[in-house]
Amino acid sequence: MNETMMIAGMAFVTFGVRYMMFAMAGRIRFALWFKQALAYVPPVVLSAIIAPLVLMPQGYIDLSLDNPYFWAALVAAGVGFWRQHLLTTIVVGLVCFVLLKWIMV
Amino acid sequence: MPSSQFTEFFNGAKATIPMVIGAIPFGIIFGTLAEPSGLSVWGAMAMSLFVYAGSSQFIAVGLLATGVGPIIIIATTFVVNLRHLLYATALVDKVIHLSQGWRALLAFGLTDESFTVVNSRYLGRTDTVHAHWFFLGSIVAMYSNWQFCTWLGIGLGELFPNMTNWGLDFAMSVTFLGIIIPYLRNKPMWLAVISAAAFAMVLQHLPNQLGLVISALAGIAIGYASQQIEIRLRLHKANSNVIKATIAGTASTRKIDASSMNGNREKAKP
Repeated sequence: MNETMMIAGMAFVTFGVRYMMFAMAGRIRFALWFKQALAYVPPVVLSAIIAPLVLMPQGYIDLSLDNPYFWAALVAAGVGFWRQHLLTTIVVGLVCFVLLKWIMV
Repeated sequence: MPSSQFTEFFNGAKATIPMVIGAIPFGIIFGTLAEPSGLSVWGAMAMSLFVYAGSSQFIAVGLLATGVGPIIIIATTFVVNLRHLLYATALVDKVIHLSQGWRALLAFGLTDESFTVVNSRYLGRTDTVHAHWFFLGSIVAMYSNWQFCTWLGIGLGELFPNMTNWGLDFAMSVTFLGIIIPYLRNKPMWLAVISAAAFAMVLQHLPNQLGLVISALAGIAIGYASQQIEIRLRLHKANSNVIKATIAGTASTRKIDASSMNGNREKAKP
């Protein structure tokens, strides 16, 4: 029951955030400062999610060779800036990660 | 479905393939994490079916494992997904001609992945009459893959209980990294992203993903502030250039005046 409530709540807030603007299309105008600030939201939230996962997988900052997350992300970022191609970035990152994991085991 | 609509639909699905590849391991790991964190098989599947938001599902499972209550999980979901408000704001002009049913359908599938793909379809193009079919194609590809991978992950998690240690969560990180890179085009954006990452690491041990919320707000504030400073500096530079140019301009006109007067004088000579 608790679980159903939780999932219903999560679905409601997620859909609400996604649908609000579409539902009121043309009837909401945001202030310029709000729009300018909103432009930072996606990359900022995504980097705040992944930075601890990649740089401190054990709970402390780990840039040693034992941290495959960091090295694979570094290679993926390099490829991402160089090629500007999403699929290449993701595939290279994943392959690099699997290889590093495999070498370490 | 007329052929142009089908073409749009097909192209939308095709353009989403990179995102689908990133989501495969990510969906599987979500499925495997469900049981150890205390979520039922039905609950894990329902979350993918009805919430359909990878990063917040992932975070919810993590919170659940540490015994956090549903209210906080719902509030965290709200904050983490607030970025979709920006996606919707960016696309709102493109759906204004559609029925509410279409709008609701497209909004439901407005993930980071589909937004990235669909936004680049709309950018700088005028042939967008049937582009909502492209949008739908992207959603169908992403959604069906997400359901399949969740289901697969639930099954695999039961077969290999230690799969959670394989590091499949890296798939989410590398997909998000790939989404972040195109944003990094100017100094304020770099500053915002780097400071959000730094805050997130420093505040990682705060309870209930509070660190994530604070880091995001700090990153936005720093990005916005540095953008304003940059704009003002540029204005200041432009202004002082105008002043310099005006001073230089009046000086040279004086010279011209003097020389032309000389010329006149010379001409005036008999």
